[in-house]
Amino acid sequence: MTTNILEMRGITKTFPGVKALQDVSLAVERGQIHAICGENGAGKSTLMKVLSGVYAHGSYDGEIVFENETVEFKTINESEATGIVIIHQELALSPYLSIAENIYLGNEQQTNGWIDWNKTNREAAKLLARVGLKDNPITKVTDIGVGKQQLVEIAKALSKEVKLLILDEPTAALNDEDSAHLLDLIKHLKGQGITSIMISHKLNEIKAIADKVTIIRDGKTIETLDMHKDEISEERIIKGMVGRDLGSRYPDHTPHIGEEILRVEDWTVYHPLHHDRMVVKDANIHVKAGEIVGIAGLMGAGRTELAMSVFGHSYGAKISGRVFKNGVLIKTNTVSAAIGHGLAYATEDRKHFGLNLIENIQRNISLAALQKLARSGWVDANRESTVAEGFLKSMNIKAPSVEAITGKLSGGNQQKVVLSKWMFSDPDVLILDEPTRGIDVGAKYEIYGIINRLADEGKGVIVISSELPELLGICDRIYTLAEGRITADVPRSQATAEYLMQRMTQERDKES
Amino acid sequence: MTVFRSSLDYLAGQLRQIGLFIALIAIIIFFQVATSGITLKPINVSNLIVQNSYILILAVGMVMVIIAGHIDLSVGSVVAFVGAMSGVMITQWHIPWWGAIILCLILGALVGMWQGFWIAYFGIPAFIVTLAGMLTFRGLTQIALQNQQISPFPDEFRALGSGFLPDLGGGTSLLEPLTVGLGLLATVLLVAQGVRSRMARRKYDVEDEPLAWFLVKLVFTAGLILLITFLLASYRGTPIVLVVLGILTVGYSAVMSRSVFGRHVYALGGNRLAAALSGVKTKRVTFLLFVNMGVIAALAGLVFTAQLNLANPKAGDGFELDAIAAVFIGGAAVTGGIGTVTGAIIGGLIIGILNNGMSILGVGTEFQQLIKGLVLLGAVAFDVYNKRRSGSH
Repeated sequence: MTTNILEMRGITKTFPGVKALQDVSLAVERGQIHAICGENGAGKSTLMKVLSGVYAHGSYDGEIVFENETVEFKTINESEATGIVIIHQELALSPYLSIAENIYLGNEQQTNGWIDWNKTNREAAKLLARVGLKDNPITKVTDIGVGKQQLVEIAKALSKEVKLLILDEPTAALNDEDSAHLLDLIKHLKGQGITSIMISHKLNEIKAIADKVTIIRDGKTIETLDMHKDEISEERIIKGMVGRDLGSRYPDHTPHIGEEILRVEDWTVYHPLHHDRMVVKDANIHVKAGEIVGIAGLMGAGRTELAMSVFGHSYGAKISGRVFKNGVLIKTNTVSAAIGHGLAYATEDRKHFGLNLIENIQRNISLAALQKLARSGWVDANRESTVAEGFLKSMNIKAPSVEAITGKLSGGNQQKVVLSKWMFSDPDVLILDEPTRGIDVGAKYEIYGIINRLADEGKGVIVISSELPELLGICDRIYTLAEGRITADVPRSQATAEYLMQRMTQERDKES
Repeated sequence: MTVFRSSLDYLAGQLRQIGLFIALIAIIIFFQVATSGITLKPINVSNLIVQNSYILILAVGMVMVIIAGHIDLSVGSVVAFVGAMSGVMITQWHIPWWGAIILCLILGALVGMWQGFWIAYFGIPAFIVTLAGMLTFRGLTQIALQNQQISPFPDEFRALGSGFLPDLGGGTSLLEPLTVGLGLLATVLLVAQGVRSRMARRKYDVEDEPLAWFLVKLVFTAGLILLITFLLASYRGTPIVLVVLGILTVGYSAVMSRSVFGRHVYALGGNRLAAALSGVKTKRVTFLLFVNMGVIAALAGLVFTAQLNLANPKAGDGFELDAIAAVFIGGAAVTGGIGTVTGAIIGGLIIGILNNGMSILGVGTEFQQLIKGLVLLGAVAFDVYNKRRSGSH
């Protein structure tokens, strides 16, 4: 009892029309790493918002006991003052301020009402050392990568004398290398007596560092597993999350591979701002009809840059190389030309690049191929509805109607809208960039099924992913990309995670 | 009971539209009472339409620019510049009035191309480019007029601003027959269109509007048109600018809701990056929007000059702000992606009726400004409140 730093008892939180949390209880032992898992919309984030005071005391039922005292937070400031700090999935750093300024934002180091810059930077440097970041504290946050930004967030939490650190999907935007570093850091902080709650979709991470895992489903606590007591497998956790056994995480698929459909030769792309920085170098890739091809690479390897530069030169400068469609040289200089040649690119960042979040489902689905619904410039809105209704059913999009606003859908359903949009444009080659990022296990399975279906229709599918098991699970062939160069082209039968990782982290060859 | 409940849910979703409509009616009734019936006198209704026409015309172009996520601060100066050039063309270059109108509309397009180039292809924010345009075109106006006024204009030209369609009753009938005919035609078309689109939506099973609400809306709109028809017909008939305005409203409403171009404008304003990656030619759409705005501003300039029978270096001062206010009162979002042409027209009418009513009541301009400011703030606050309530999770 006394070893618990936090106990949440009987938490119920209702939104108009929805019971988001129903009698949820959570007990976190001091000095442990406690993972929380559950499908999207299960109520994990809501629970953390209740804990951190985002939802003020009084707007929910139940009791929160922190360090043996009942607490009633009205604001985030109150919870932070007690030592509970939450790091949200979307980082809350100000890009044009320095690392040190960000760390002390809202908690400025002052002498007589003026900011003491020496103290600010000195103290910030100490905190950075604790999180293993070697950058100068006066560096602007926009100049460091996402992985380092995450570390700055943690340094910021440390500056607040944190006792309980809450991390919401901390590695969602990180590559494997940065993720590993972050997980090490969380373990290291545990050694210093800091308790952590980690929300994660990545079961291997939970298995690697968590002491306990609590599973939430449909707003209720399902169970809490002790990771040390029994041999808890990933499948065991998934079973708790979805309430059933997923026979396999990847649907069975027998490929029917035909002729080559797209070939990209000697593709070289430079950074749009730093014109001497080569982002993609002499890449050669091809995909056949009915084939699912994976592109594996660490973040910053140039995966998205390769895809977007091929798709209408949407990224980069000084692009050179050739694109062949069915053996014929084509130009894909603009997005509409690329779409015209039967290419489609579904972005890794659906909120910023994929969807018009304030618009409804049907208008998002029709956008890339509006011409197909139009006669001499006028859109047939009724046919548009019919088309969208069709996708709503065939893609199993959970929404009240095709006129539902996409911004209010869950991640998985948003992703299905993005895929519907590109399927409606009836492409021959689809490039899917992180098609399952941030969506739950059940929806992932459905997305894999859709990818298989597209391949069976004779389309070429290119899947870019940070998750090696996913690529190994669904692809017929996998390219690895390291520092902008294709370093391997491996058929599924010969691919192992170890080999791919080795090729992805390959040092650059000696340049001539 | 469940039918009733779902109707209420539907209405809650349409709160903004309904609110706007109710606000318009409430303001009309308020001034009708406060001015002891002057507001809805035939002559006043006719004046109200004529005197607000150029703001309403500007609002039609402005709402499209704002939906795309931009702004145009230059339209007041463009109104003055085009007005000045029309004066120069007609009185100094002796170009016939119809030729001057065509040349002025082309001039408006050139102005729009100039600004559209810097915004769309050079990537300077519209706020800056059109702020520069506001100064540039004001300066050009003064150069063109050499700081003098130009007057008078030929009668045919003036008709564009203050003329009426010919009286088919020969001035003797109680109600002017052409206006009555047009009014009835408009009502029939409105009802037919409403019923037809509802039937189509039912056929495709996407109709969720309760029948009662549909009927209330239809009867109400038709009633309003008939009322205006009656009032206009008992005065001098249909103002020519009303015809122009009607064509613009119907035409651009259709463009924005049903054309590929209109969809691209909404997509651009809702998420520029996603639109670009979906094959929308974002630069071209932006460029064309400003060309269109230029032509519409030129039209407003012609109407305004024709109405005053005067080309004046100070003309159009502050028009951009009235047009922008109309658009936001009409429910457009500052961040782009949301708004309608009819909303902007109703927003413009609300401002026009406020101006007109307060003038009749003898409220000083200082209080008129104050009240208009509060109405704008209130309308947008209502929007923000609604959004927060529906989107809170």
